[in-house]
Amino acid sequence: MTEKLTVQKIIFTLEEYWTEQGCMLMQAYDNEKGAGTMSPYTFLRAIGPEPWNVAYVEPSRRPADGRYGENPNRLYQHHQFQVLMKPSPDNIQELYLGSLKKLGIEPLEHDIRFVEDNWENPSMGCAGVGWEVWLDGMEVTQFTYFQVVGELTMNPVAAEVTYGLERLAEYIQNVDSVYDLEWADGVLYGDIFKEPEYEHSKYSFEESNQDMLLNEFNDYEREAKRLIKLGLVHPAYDYVLKCSHTFNLLDARGAVSVTERAGYLHRIRIMAKSIAKAFVEERRKRGFPLIHDEKKRQATVAEYTKKAEKAKERAAKQAAKQAKKAAKGDK
Amino acid sequence: MANSYLLEVGVEEMPAHVVTPSIHQLHDRVAKYLKDQRIDFAEIQEYATPRRLALLIHGLSDQQPDIDESVKGPAKKIAQDQDGNWTKAAIGFTRGQGATVDDIEFKEVKGTEYVFVEKHIAGKPVAEVLKGLPDVITSMNFPTLMKWGYHNLQFIRPIRWLVSLLNDEVVPFSILDVTAGRQTRGHRFLGHPVDIDTADDYEQTLHDDFVIADQAKRKDLIKKQITEIIDQHQWQIDWDADLLEEVNNLVEWPTAFAGSFDEKYLALPEPVLITSMKDNQRFFCLRDQDGKLLPHFISVRNGNRKHLENVIKGNERVLVPRLEDAQFFYDEDQKLTIDQYVERLKKVSFHDQISSMADKMARTAIIAKLLGEKLNLTDQEQADLQRAAQIYKFDLTTQMVGEFAELQGIMGEIYAKLFGEKADVAAAVREHYMPISAEGALPQTKIGAILAIADKLDSIFSFFGAGMIPSGSNDPYALRRQAYGIVRIVADRQWHLPLLAMQKTIAEQIQQSDMQLKFDYLKNADQVNNFFIDRLKQFFAGENLRHDIVDAVTKTNQADLVNIIEAATAINDQKSDAEFKDDIEALTRVIRLAQKGQPTSSEVDSALFQNPSEAKLHEATKQLQSKFAELSLTEALRQLRSLAPTITEYFDENMIMDKDPQVQNNRLAQLQQIARMTQVFGDLNQLIVK
Repeated sequence: MTEKLTVQKIIFTLEEYWTEQGCMLMQAYDNEKGAGTMSPYTFLRAIGPEPWNVAYVEPSRRPADGRYGENPNRLYQHHQFQVLMKPSPDNIQELYLGSLKKLGIEPLEHDIRFVEDNWENPSMGCAGVGWEVWLDGMEVTQFTYFQVVGELTMNPVAAEVTYGLERLAEYIQNVDSVYDLEWADGVLYGDIFKEPEYEHSKYSFEESNQDMLLNEFNDYEREAKRLIKLGLVHPAYDYVLKCSHTFNLLDARGAVSVTERAGYLHRIRIMAKSIAKAFVEERRKRGFPLIHDEKKRQATVAEYTKKAEKAKERAAKQAAKQAKKAAKGDK
Repeated sequence: MANSYLLEVGVEEMPAHVVTPSIHQLHDRVAKYLKDQRIDFAEIQEYATPRRLALLIHGLSDQQPDIDESVKGPAKKIAQDQDGNWTKAAIGFTRGQGATVDDIEFKEVKGTEYVFVEKHIAGKPVAEVLKGLPDVITSMNFPTLMKWGYHNLQFIRPIRWLVSLLNDEVVPFSILDVTAGRQTRGHRFLGHPVDIDTADDYEQTLHDDFVIADQAKRKDLIKKQITEIIDQHQWQIDWDADLLEEVNNLVEWPTAFAGSFDEKYLALPEPVLITSMKDNQRFFCLRDQDGKLLPHFISVRNGNRKHLENVIKGNERVLVPRLEDAQFFYDEDQKLTIDQYVERLKKVSFHDQISSMADKMARTAIIAKLLGEKLNLTDQEQADLQRAAQIYKFDLTTQMVGEFAELQGIMGEIYAKLFGEKADVAAAVREHYMPISAEGALPQTKIGAILAIADKLDSIFSFFGAGMIPSGSNDPYALRRQAYGIVRIVADRQWHLPLLAMQKTIAEQIQQSDMQLKFDYLKNADQVNNFFIDRLKQFFAGENLRHDIVDAVTKTNQADLVNIIEAATAINDQKSDAEFKDDIEALTRVIRLAQKGQPTSSEVDSALFQNPSEAKLHEATKQLQSKFAELSLTEALRQLRSLAPTITEYFDENMIMDKDPQVQNNRLAQLQQIARMTQVFGDLNQLIVK
């Protein structure tokens, strides 16, 4: 490592590298969320038959991890560099290792390992298989082949690479506290984030208005469900993200008992699941335009249309059955 | 005949724990395939690393043996019409056999003439047979499966290359879009893609490219490297076989190294340090000659010694925030009191359909008290047990256990001591989880053992009561393991407890407490008994007990598990005695006849005796009854058996179902008295004595 990269330089380098590998550079999604996976550029786009290659930085808020700016490694908000490639390329591991080289991390000078770590986000109905990548014993990246998203089985499968930017930067800059990281020339991470870390921690743990948050959760949920019915997938998903963040705030405040916790997560999962289904349906109606091979596109649309019709028939039959049952009950 | 075949399946990094079982699995499947295909071989050698599963098969035969067989077709009268022309049936049959009607011969089978065709099937060359391996590989099972790209195949990790070499020739096949060839891949960083000339070169070729493919050799090398380091520093190491196995399957080219951390962290409890190093980082912990933990560790790099200083420094750095966190939790946790932690348990759910953790503890306390009474604890022991039951889950709300869940109970004991609890109370907090696995260690203290039983018993009653009963492979709360744990503890301690009859008393006491139950504690109570009987059967299976003995002793209404175990032991110990079978036969005859009628009185009236043998049996029975309850089951069985000659004599002289109902009644009553005594052994009828 000859040159000590600033955080912004690390971001530039990763952006440049992954766009060279065919990823589109997107921007962080403007809703609070706990992880880059929850951006619609990952959660929604991982679903369905269309190819999708994307890279972006995602600020990720985890209220319960706030430490008032006092813990050198735990943060209310950290930054993830997120890469999603669908279908997963055969050389995705090599591509990833290539990105480390670009950052000046020469594998022969370190110990890089792929250690099993299967990923799960039950509240979003997501599960994947993969590794955490160890750099000299430190976990710097989460590497996942998505298998299920929004309770839908992946086909094709997307590979997700999530760098913990702070961790990686600490390693590259050889500092022990995130607050000592150099973000840009002469500006430290602490100069930018120490105050918001303190204030957000203070808010999340002590000052948040629980009643307001509880009401908001219910309102957001109602809105999301209404929008799902209208087929307005993206606004509905925005409200699910709001639900998720509101829940995280309540959780950090200790306002959620273990029992209730499962209930909230279940409510979010139910919504995520129906949005996942609705998203595929809306893309189908649009003819899966991201499949550029025309023959394949038509075949895929035909296949999904058939599936959709069958599902519709099944639903109709079930409704009829239930109506019959109800009628019987009336007698 | 001296063919060697190399199969290598190259994958992205497999989970370490999957590597060894998977190479055995591949070995078994390939061996079976070759056997089914009638291909002989001398030996299969296994190679495995995180990135490859490989087999080198020696002494493969050149081809399948030829097969000559005559295949039977339709009967002659069906094969030819009246004019002797071949029918469609005959033509179809020969076509199906790859022959023509000219090949037909007739042979007589049981007096009828049938069409036969002599068939010669030339054995396929071994290379052809080996082309069938893709199906063998893709049919493998793994604990987690995944798909990748556009493919639908489920495998442990994506397959990236295949090597298939018969001696020096490629046997071509492909799986998905990966085509087998002679090119393997060396170490991910130190090596390159490299061609293998001939199958037997496999190990050497990889060695030249920084991969030690032989698992045993790799493990030996790691051990040797570590031994060198510890000898040099006069350290001692916690050799942990599981950790060594895991580390071995995380590397292809191992280099062991030592690292250090600040001595100040040694003030942390040992389990915390060990968890931070071993479980999180896969480090080996080190001790000095006196067994004291040292501020050093050993880890193994997947690579050579070049730039090892970077790796050491990095690994040392990773440990600091973990230990710093642990130190923080340790200090913070000590600022509250046990009572404050216990108070928090009211808000911790045990299960949302059952109760909070606090209520769970209250129920356990009730059970523990009842058990303590049955076991005649001293007042002091009973007080300690109650205190333990009051607090035993408190560490779940500490920050340390919040972060290191695997330290539950262990931190509980450490903190309890720090907070001034008595040593046996603190130990019980740790021991109540035991046994942690089916055959895991049992609690060592009496208080711990009782608390362990009480906690598990409540879990079983509660989940059954709430309708969450294990079925098939579905046992998410490990109730089977818990019930089995109870069986092991009472068996180990010889504790005679009416466990299976206590449920009602417990339910009543819960009702009298101020606890609000969300479910009916007695619901499904009838199923709890069978649940325990099944665990007992599992226990007996481990003791290699004969099946009929298990069947006999488990057919019982006994509430005391230890009685059942002792009954089994008594029968097992005496089963080889010379007279055993005859004795049991006499007793089972009594049992069967006793069931024939219901006597009006259970008393035997000696005035109704007609033969001397009646008085004799009556006297013998009376004597045995008077002391029966005091006897050990071994002695009880011996004494019951000693009645056999008298019983036989009794049957010889007396007709049980006598015409006189009074006499009949009297005799049935006599038999039932004996039969009732045999019931402590379950149902002796189940014993096979023929």
